[in-house]
Parts: sequence; C-alpha cells; structure tokens
Amino acid sequence: MDYGLLVMGAPYSDPAPHSALRFAEAVLARGHRLTGVFFYHDGVHNASSLMTPPQDELNLRKAWKALNERHGVPLDVCIAAALRRGIVSEAEAARHGHSAYNLEAPFELTGLGQLLTLQQRCDRLITFAS
Amino acid sequence: MHASEDFLVIIRHAPHNASWLREGLDAALVAAAFGQSVRLLFMGEGALALCKAQQAGAPGQKASLPTIDMLEMYDIDQLNVPVRTLDELNIGLESLVDGVSTLTDAQVNALFSQNRPILNF
Repeated sequence: MDYGLLVMGAPYSDPAPHSALRFAEAVLARGHRLTGVFFYHDGVHNASSLMTPPQDELNLRKAWKALNERHGVPLDVCIAAALRRGIVSEAEAARHGHSAYNLEAPFELTGLGQLLTLQQRCDRLITFAS
Repeated sequence: MHASEDFLVIIRHAPHNASWLREGLDAALVAAAFGQSVRLLFMGEGALALCKAQQAGAPGQKASLPTIDMLEMYDIDQLNVPVRTLDELNIGLESLVDGVSTLTDAQVNALFSQNRPILNF
C-alpha cells in the first residue's frame, strides 16, 4: 500500500513528529511504500537545520534526513506556513532580505497543492498532529 | 462529482487559537482551486468560526470571518455543523453566518464512514 504522512506538530513540543517517524519506519519495514511526507502548521519546524537538541537526544531533522537518504522519501514543507514561522530557504532569505536561512535539502519549500497531490497519489494519508 | 467523493476539511479549533483555522481554510481553498468538491465540517470549538457577530482578534490578529465569507466564491457552499456541537456550545443556528446546515450524529457518522479524503485542523 502507498502511504503519505501529514505532520503538523513541532519537534520537542509535540509527540506528533516522533510518532510520524516511528510510523514511517513501521510502514517501510512491513514492505509498504512511503510516497512522501508533507509538513504543515507547526510541523514546518521539523525542517529547521538550526535545531540543536542535546547530544543524547534524537535530532528529529537528522532523522527525517536519514529517512530521505535511505528510502528516497520526499520531504515537502508548506512555504506559507514555513515563512510565517521563520523557516526559510536560502532563496527565500535572499528574497525577503534576511541574513540567515535554516531550510536546506532534502527538505523542499512547496505549495499546499503538493499536499493534495500527495493525497491523490497515495492510498492512505495519515495525519500526525497534537 | 459524487457526494461521497467530497474532500472533507474538519475545523476543530476556535478562531485565533494558533493558526489552525487560517491554515485549515487555506487547505480547503487550495483544494477547491484544484477543482475538488470541498465540504467543511465545523466541530466543537471550530463552530465558533462561523459566528457572524465575531470581531477581529486581539491586536495584530487578522479577522477570519472575511475568509469564511469568501468561501462561496470558491464554490465551497457545504458548511456543516453537528447539532450536537450547537447544543454543547449553546449557540443557535441564527447566530451563525448564512448557508450553514446542521448534521445529526448519524449524518456525521455517515460522512466519516464514506470513502473520502479528510483533513483535520
């Protein structure tokens, strides 16, 4: 079966991203496919490359990145929700005159249309939110 | 499009409760712009988004009612509220914007049991 994940909780504030990661691993371990992950609402904070948890804690951004590297799962981030919360790519930082950026590949800023495309391409879209 | 293929967006948070309402409505509007038939269900505190007497939020918060008012322009004319929600909040249909229809528990259950995409906010 093809699964898609919608993550709407912030790391370390909400269990949603951790649950989503565990679900992603379980889906793949059972031989299903993971079509993509879409980050919306506070879930966009998962993409911050400035995230610096203590060394003995899971770095959620690195965990998502590892998921992408091992399984090629796209990590799409809603651009409107991200910019509102200060999650910006290098290109957006330049466009808005910011001196820093904190969103890098494999995360990609994209529109909400990508969420609808994901929903249409998978058999199940599972939402993780508080 | 057959009714069972409606894209269902559920609003469960009151206006100005973080940005759940705004971002939920954004998702509904984008779905409609992509040609999907969208149905909005306002459950629990989410029904407060439909109160026609509401003002803008605290200083710096944009009012959300104008977005509710323009849903029809995007052909989103299915605005549903469970009767149970109105009872729990003790508000009448006359306090809400025009065009809202109520659903019984059985009708809400039927919405959930049909095979349709659902987004919760």
